[in-house]
Amino acid sequence: MKKMMSGNEAIARGAYEAGCTVAAAYPGTPSTEILENIATYKGIYSEWAPNEKVAMEVACGASIAGSRSLCAMKHVGVNVAADPLFTIAYEGVNGGLIMVSADDPGMHSSQNEQDNRLFAPHAKVAMIEPSDSQEAKDFIKAAFEISEKFDTAILFRVTTRICHSKGLVELNEREEVGVKEYKKDVKKYVMIPGHARIKHYEVEERLAKLQEYSNNCPLNRIEWGDKKIGIITSGISYQYAKEVFGDKASYLKIGLSYPLPDKMIKKFAKTVDKVYVIEENEPYLENFVKALGIECIGKEFIPVCGELNPDIIRRALTKTEEKKLYSIDVKVPSRPPVLCPGCPHRGIFYAVSKYKDVIATSDIGCYTLGMMEPLNVADTVICMGAGFSAGIGFQKAAMMGGRKDKIFGFMGDSTFFHSGITGLIDAVYNNSPMVAVILDNSITAMTGHQENPGTGKTLMGEVAQVVDIEKIVKAVGIKEENIRIVDPYNLEQTEKAVKEAHEATEPFVIITKQPCALIKEVLKKRAGLHCKIDQDKCKKCKACIRTGCPAIAYKNGQVVIEKSMCNGCTLCKQVCKFDAIERVGE
Amino acid sequence: MTKSILFVGVGGQGIILASKILTEGLVKFGYDVKMSEVHGMAQRGGSVTTQVRFGEKVYSPLIGYGEADVLVAFEKVEAARWTNYLKEGGTMVINDYEIYSLPVLIGKEEYPQDVIEKISDKIEHVKVFKAAEIAESLGNIKVQNIVLLGALIKALGLENLDWASVIKDVLPEKMHEINIKAIEAGMNI
Ligand SMILES: Cc1ncc(C[n+]2csc(CCOP(=O)(O)OP(=O)(O)O)c2C)c(N)n1
Repeated sequence: MKKMMSGNEAIARGAYEAGCTVAAAYPGTPSTEILENIATYKGIYSEWAPNEKVAMEVACGASIAGSRSLCAMKHVGVNVAADPLFTIAYEGVNGGLIMVSADDPGMHSSQNEQDNRLFAPHAKVAMIEPSDSQEAKDFIKAAFEISEKFDTAILFRVTTRICHSKGLVELNEREEVGVKEYKKDVKKYVMIPGHARIKHYEVEERLAKLQEYSNNCPLNRIEWGDKKIGIITSGISYQYAKEVFGDKASYLKIGLSYPLPDKMIKKFAKTVDKVYVIEENEPYLENFVKALGIECIGKEFIPVCGELNPDIIRRALTKTEEKKLYSIDVKVPSRPPVLCPGCPHRGIFYAVSKYKDVIATSDIGCYTLGMMEPLNVADTVICMGAGFSAGIGFQKAAMMGGRKDKIFGFMGDSTFFHSGITGLIDAVYNNSPMVAVILDNSITAMTGHQENPGTGKTLMGEVAQVVDIEKIVKAVGIKEENIRIVDPYNLEQTEKAVKEAHEATEPFVIITKQPCALIKEVLKKRAGLHCKIDQDKCKKCKACIRTGCPAIAYKNGQVVIEKSMCNGCTLCKQVCKFDAIERVGE
Repeated sequence: MTKSILFVGVGGQGIILASKILTEGLVKFGYDVKMSEVHGMAQRGGSVTTQVRFGEKVYSPLIGYGEADVLVAFEKVEAARWTNYLKEGGTMVINDYEIYSLPVLIGKEEYPQDVIEKISDKIEHVKVFKAAEIAESLGNIKVQNIVLLGALIKALGLENLDWASVIKDVLPEKMHEINIKAIEAGMNI
């Protein structure tokens, strides 16, 4: 049977068919649907881990115990999980072990554009790259086999256009491989220096064997066409190259991309007149080809920055006439993503925006959007967890420089569990009088509503113990009198907490508690509610518009609230000095 | 020949569902199909696109500048934002519908009033209509995405295929009737 599947669905299907029994991930675009789909298959234990390092370690432990195991994450997640990756590379596996890295060329929803192919040689693990959904499924199976055969973890590298493009996939049955026997073997699984020194030699031997295999493996193949041009490529770039050159070129399509097939590349290059290397972002293949002493054309024409597409390749490498492009002479207004109408994050940002001396060290999640006009609450965003720890650094530097900046750090519930707790411990331990704001909307919202340790449910839909944020905050040593728990829909309460936090001289925590407005049950509960403007009372001061709610507009000389968008959070009503807004539909 | 279709609009307008129905239909009728969408910021009111390419054998899921045979805009300034993706001689299907972005709402930027006139001046094949009104007259404004899909299918010359059966394959039963009416309404514009 054939089915249209995204790359992520196909990876999940591949794991199922290959007999994978344990899978873990932390969500992150474009990887999230891999685990969401794995969770729909029987026979695989799957979980959301609090962060990528934990997910990778769960997969490592499961592999050693004998399971075919997989973990998945977005590219920046591999940075977080790099520590276990670099050492499991020495230990090798028992059951096959795959780490899926979903990179985001073009940064559709990411803070950087790192090319994680570079991790494979650095960590010394084998790497596999599919170039469509069918291969995503097939290569996962091959990856488990290679992992077990060569005793290595596999970096399975995909990109946004593999993850989120759909193509036809042939489905097969699951192969039941069970959970292998575990035999205690401290020289293999206990990486003390004495064992690791021996292991490092084994790793080098393993890589040499893998390189031999790479030269003969079906994942690397040559497609002969016209021999004037020979294209070396991998991943989605292969599709773009095929689209542009069709059979007017020959292709060396690489699926096992670390170690690279040196002999195959040499043979291919000898047979064609000219070698092009077509790849997105870093010159990973190109550097290798050049190191083999082969002349090739690559990054001098194909950009390092941004996502590729066939059009870019065509203009870079072929002589084509400039196409006529339509352009319309209107100034198109920008349409940036914004906090939704009724978003519970809005209240605290509104309250903090009134303080001009505040430095806001923010973090990654829906609440990053507090940075947008008209709220403008964010001075820094670096990576998950930095919302608190960069705040501490900022505060210490300000102190050293004799400045009086007041630091507010922001972080969502999922981000707090991910890597915020250690920052908060630092604030207590090293006594930073910063304000740590935890925006608890009871969900991992930005990535499309995943459960997390605070939501009381697991990925597999089971009821879980709620990990209590307030208790953590107290346990790390924030004093009772320095903690405020507020409903961000209640502006008076929120403003009072912000004022007290602003005056505090010790580490201070505000927890805002109100579930995301898009959670199904919330939508249902608030379905009838909305706010309405009494046009007779409205003085058109636009204070309500300055909350940045996209449901409120100034149209044809009137301020109006779009009923279908509003959920009756009443923030606008609370900022109206003329009592012109009421909530209806109770 | 491979055909390329670009859907553009705003998060929450049902673009992904419309392109899914199109894709499933094209597969059912024997084409090789690739579809690409970008998730992530979609629900936060940002500009959203999906791309569908179909033919005998399709490699790239992506469309470059000047390569879309049909551009379907669910919101009218989005049509202008993405115009440079339309192929010379290609068709634009435009929903005469406005969604103000936040910079417009807070008065930092202006929503242009004459977008459709300006597009029609430059581009020969433009089909403009109010999908929201048609959907409302059918009983649910939410099916405006399917009305637009119907108009797209007509623009592709694929209206003779059995799209009602595709709707039945993809959607739950209680939604069949109104969506079939919507797709037909779109094909009859
Ligand atoms: C290391 C890393 N992993 C994953 C992501 C993807 N990501 C961005 S925001 C986010 C979750 C934010 O959830 P939460 O902190 O609860 O805030 P919310 O979106 O609910 O406001 C995730 C998983 C990332 N940017 N970096």
